[in-house]
Amino acid sequence: MIERTPILNIVTHLILASGLILLLLPMYLTIVAASHTLNDVIAVPPNLLPGDQLWVNLTEAWTKGHLGDRFLNTFIVAFGVMTGKIVMSCITAFGLVFFDHRLKMPIFWLIFITLMLPLEVRIVPTYAVAANALLPFQTLLDLSGITWLISAVSGIEVKMEWNLLNSYAGLIMPLVATATGTFLYRQFFLTIPEELVEAAKMDGAGPLRFLWDVLIPLSRTNIAALATIMFVYAWNQYLWPLLVVTDQSYAMVAVELGRLVPKLSATGGEVPKWHIAMAGTLIVMLPPILVVIFMQRWFVRGLINTDK
Amino acid sequence: MRRAYFKNNWIAALMVTPQLIVVFTFFYFPASQAMYWAFTLEQPWGGGNTWVGLDNFRAILSDDLYWSSVWLSIVFALGSTALAVGMALILAIFVDRQLAGYKAYKIGMIWPYAIAAPAVGLAFRFIFSPGAGIMMFVNQVFPDLWNPVENGTQAMAMVILAGAWKQVAYNFIFFLAGLQSIPRSLIEAGAMDGARTLRRMRDIQLPLLAPTFFFVLVINITDSFTDSFGIIDTMTAGGPSRATNLMVYKIFNDGFQGLDYSGAAAQSIILMGLVIALTFVQFRYIERKVHYT
Amino acid sequence: MAQISIRNVRKSYAKQEVVHGVDLEVATGEFIVILGPSGCGKSTLLRMIAGLESVTSGDITIDNRVVNDLEPHQRGCAMVFQNYALYPHMTVAENIGYALKVAGLPKVDRLARVQAVATSVGLTEFLERRPGQLSGGQRQRVAMARAIIREPKVFLFDEPLSNLDAKLRVQMRHEIRRIHNHIHATSVFVTHDQQEGMTLADRLVVMNKGVIEQVGTPEEIYHRPASVYVGGFIGSPAMNFLSGQISAQDSAVVLANGAKIPLPVPLAAAHDGQFTQIGLRPEELALVPAGKGAFDAAFEFAEELGAARLYHFQFEDLMLTVLSADKPAVEKGKPMGIRIGAGAVHLFAADTGKRLSAKVGSRERELV
Repeated sequence: MIERTPILNIVTHLILASGLILLLLPMYLTIVAASHTLNDVIAVPPNLLPGDQLWVNLTEAWTKGHLGDRFLNTFIVAFGVMTGKIVMSCITAFGLVFFDHRLKMPIFWLIFITLMLPLEVRIVPTYAVAANALLPFQTLLDLSGITWLISAVSGIEVKMEWNLLNSYAGLIMPLVATATGTFLYRQFFLTIPEELVEAAKMDGAGPLRFLWDVLIPLSRTNIAALATIMFVYAWNQYLWPLLVVTDQSYAMVAVELGRLVPKLSATGGEVPKWHIAMAGTLIVMLPPILVVIFMQRWFVRGLINTDK
Repeated sequence: MRRAYFKNNWIAALMVTPQLIVVFTFFYFPASQAMYWAFTLEQPWGGGNTWVGLDNFRAILSDDLYWSSVWLSIVFALGSTALAVGMALILAIFVDRQLAGYKAYKIGMIWPYAIAAPAVGLAFRFIFSPGAGIMMFVNQVFPDLWNPVENGTQAMAMVILAGAWKQVAYNFIFFLAGLQSIPRSLIEAGAMDGARTLRRMRDIQLPLLAPTFFFVLVINITDSFTDSFGIIDTMTAGGPSRATNLMVYKIFNDGFQGLDYSGAAAQSIILMGLVIALTFVQFRYIERKVHYT
Repeated sequence: MAQISIRNVRKSYAKQEVVHGVDLEVATGEFIVILGPSGCGKSTLLRMIAGLESVTSGDITIDNRVVNDLEPHQRGCAMVFQNYALYPHMTVAENIGYALKVAGLPKVDRLARVQAVATSVGLTEFLERRPGQLSGGQRQRVAMARAIIREPKVFLFDEPLSNLDAKLRVQMRHEIRRIHNHIHATSVFVTHDQQEGMTLADRLVVMNKGVIEQVGTPEEIYHRPASVYVGGFIGSPAMNFLSGQISAQDSAVVLANGAKIPLPVPLAAAHDGQFTQIGLRPEELALVPAGKGAFDAAFEFAEELGAARLYHFQFEDLMLTVLSADKPAVEKGKPMGIRIGAGAVHLFAADTGKRLSAKVGSRERELV
């Protein structure tokens, strides 16, 4: 469009540049702090230019925070959440969209409602489940009297137990148990023209064949979007791993960050090792930032479709 | 309505079962468990829970500490939402002009989405630390001006800034997408009608962005209730003297530190109710949203 | 009222040029239709006149003022968009009056003018509705009203009828022509529908691949297409094309199988020996018994149109179409004679595709 707005253009650039600075400044200050010695970090007046200690601090943060192990754990969990979510959402949405059944809408709502309550809100009872993942089923059996029946008939006491604390399964499963991906897949499947289903039927393809040969290849962008969102989501988990993991060999990176600096309430006069903490922060931030920047196109589309 | 379906319903059942099991285990069961705890009290000497009706709720609602955490959550929600939504809206509407450098601006405003709440918390805690960096310098020039470690108001301001900063990218993504879904020809029609850039923003783009705006607003408020845990825990741990003890943090503390499951469960239920209510408001509104033609 | 000149206008996106040097003069009060297939650059040209696209090189003037760098609203143009582009959050009245509001007209005057324009397009009952509550035809009227109210010097139409069903399209066509006859604003109308173009235009501009193929009245363009492209694009059913060589000695075009199609002597003399594409309009051919026409062709099938029929023939390896109101006895595979009406032959150079006329370089003489 032909529009001459030189002043407004300058104003626009000014606004955007200051917005960019506001968003980048914390990152910059983190880098600056991570590249100095502690004495330089707490020097007055403050150093506003990066120093030469970056590599030293990064390596110290890496070893001191056991970030190598933590990265491995976090990758395992992120990968587990990603695949678990993608596979489960795909097949659930498939079952809900391409079949006709009276229970279809009730099941959809049963799953959809879980979108409303994030893990943080129901953290206390979920934790109880993690201690014994079979507790819900035990309770069902107890309440329905089946436990009593079995013990009365056979004398066997039914006791189901599966402790998820300090395990990858315990870290992964509750994070998979929401409907974000299912919703995204459902939206996508609903846009698949009916003629495609009819054509597949004419060609003699059954539902599973159709899923494998038609839907999955078509949903590649969907998979990319969901994978990105889930990777970032899992990588950044804090509260849940904080609770479920007491054995540090299962610890995740975000929780480790919290340990780099003592709690505010417990500082007690000692100066925290900011340079190491900021170096650790940089390392932990990096993988999801890279993923988001490289997958920008897909992830933006996916994000908008899941939440709307 | 669709007409073409597959007939083998047992396959459908097989497909939805895994998710139903997981959702039941990690969602419906815990939610009902929370209900159970909220209406019962564990006997101190063991022997199971006894039914206490609404006593747990009464205890919470007459607790000043609870009300203060509600109040703090509202302050945090409004403060961080206003900042994050306002800033994201301004940035998105100007980025949408697509001047030179548009792509660079876009990436520069999206990347913070990737950063974990505790990382944001830690970085901001350092930046606002009275004992290091810039704020230490400020304190030397103006003694005792800034000390969020002891001043509750300053601590709240600090977590609000961190929370808002973290949320800007998310809001920006939605606003930009909303702006870009407004048909180009409407903007062009506005230009033909003589409306210049700012006028078009006011008369055409902002009104048409209303559904997105409302959606983002509600999401931000609900997120601030739930997602704030990582920021609070790394920055202030609810202090100083409970000045940043938001609802979700108090639940965590009462439940896992204080081992008061019944109290924590009752608080969880109130918070769940709040989040669900907000979500319903949003659905109602979105149904009436403007359709572009 | 305004006169528009377009001088050697080009438009490129990145490295790709989509409009290759267009020249066009539009007289005051004229209704010009730019006709062409999608992607021919016609919409780009229109949007350059509107100021929605910048001009890469060349000049556009409105009333002798170069408008290349003027913003859309400074050019005095109003535009009707293909998808109407009505503001969904404003009522019909607000939509129509928005330009006046931006111009700062007091509310009272604005309402009066909205009322007047709404009356002229039959929208008075709908002023308080929103676009979402209107039918396609009503939306179209709002889009028109929004353009009319500004009393523009130039009306621009970007395929405004393509979203309507066939019946409504004809109705709105009449409406647009009626409004034009009433207010006489210079109008530029872009469409890919030749019927729309033929019926609406004072003059028709046929575009193809970013260049103008021909400018002329609908009648001129139909009877004297300037190129193979125009001949094939204008007219329904489409023109038949045969190839052959001109022979001055026979005063005819000799086809590959030896059949001869007679030509006027001066025309044949001017292009002796040249290879040519012969354009024959189906409606100017007639069916006669085998051996009695210019050549014979084998009948394939017929299509009933009601008032007439379309007969399809196989001739060499081509399909040939004849439009006839008569009902000759035909049988599949049997040859029929094809008679070529006087003045039905359009000759185009085989290499350039340009029309061949009796005297090259001077004013063409009529063929007959």
